[in-house]
Amino acid sequence: MDISLSPEILFYIGFFPVTNSFLSMLALSAGLVLFSLIGVKRLKDVPSKIQSVAELVFEGSWNFALSTIGDEKKTRKIFPYVFTIFIFVLLANLLTLIPGQSAVSYQSAGGAVPFFRAIMADYGLVFIMTITSVIMMQIITIAAVGPLGYAGKFINIKNLAGFFVNLFKGKLKFGMLAQGCLDVFLGFMDLIGELAKVFSLSFRLFGNVFAGEVLGAVMLFLLPFFGPVPFLFLGLLSSCVQAFVFAVLTLVFVNMASEAGMQSE
Amino acid sequence: MDSEVFKLLAAGLCMGLGAIGPGVGEGFIGGKALEAIGRNPEVAGKVTPLMFVAMAVTESTGIYSLVIALIILFS
Repeated sequence: MDISLSPEILFYIGFFPVTNSFLSMLALSAGLVLFSLIGVKRLKDVPSKIQSVAELVFEGSWNFALSTIGDEKKTRKIFPYVFTIFIFVLLANLLTLIPGQSAVSYQSAGGAVPFFRAIMADYGLVFIMTITSVIMMQIITIAAVGPLGYAGKFINIKNLAGFFVNLFKGKLKFGMLAQGCLDVFLGFMDLIGELAKVFSLSFRLFGNVFAGEVLGAVMLFLLPFFGPVPFLFLGLLSSCVQAFVFAVLTLVFVNMASEAGMQSE
Repeated sequence: MDSEVFKLLAAGLCMGLGAIGPGVGEGFIGGKALEAIGRNPEVAGKVTPLMFVAMAVTESTGIYSLVIALIILFS
């Protein structure tokens, strides 16, 4: 069994290593862009089969996002980003179920290199997607509460300063000291929470997809032909659920970020 | 014993111990969701997606240990 954590490098363009998951991602992106470009031109009042499926998916997602956020104007702004992530992750995960792709390989100096790879099993791509979302959340929070409010979320020394002011006046208020220390600690925990979002979001998707690949390979090795079948069903379920969860968590986090101002008032 | 043995042992322990918490947690979530659906079957459509999201969040610690175990094994 040859399992590697990082994607295999196929060839170099200049200094830029082209990996097999990068190629798969380009192919999927090109397919999605072509589908939407052609699809938009061919929209009809009486939908064809493909158009009705696309409309079904779109409307279902729109209604779900609207019921989660509850405000149509805000949904219009957030929905395109989240829906793109959902469709991209879903198709990337479903593409791994097409049989026979691991047989297409490329003979290099270090042995056979598979030409296709599960797109989400490349940590680089998942990390970039997550960090884009998290940076966007920070920007939305800053836009909602202002730069000072944003800094105040992490550094809250109002009560601690109050304790020292009272101390200079000769009054000892231990309640204020405890509250101040707690505020500082909670601000610190908020900071860690923002960082943890990056890792929890990205590791969840990457871990699930990569574990699915490894599990499939191990089962194929232990029990050929029939052993992997139940695990393929599990992969089908988890590929849909993970795409859904990634998109929904992004939606919920962005929504929370945009509501940060209302809570503090 | 050489370092390879310890690597395998560490990966197995990491995954096995890390699977306890998410297992208990997901069972709890699934049980509670079924309880809610049993009490009020009309909300099944609303409870199920929320249940999946909660499960995925609970699962993340298990996924961390899985990633660590895979890193120990394959790199």
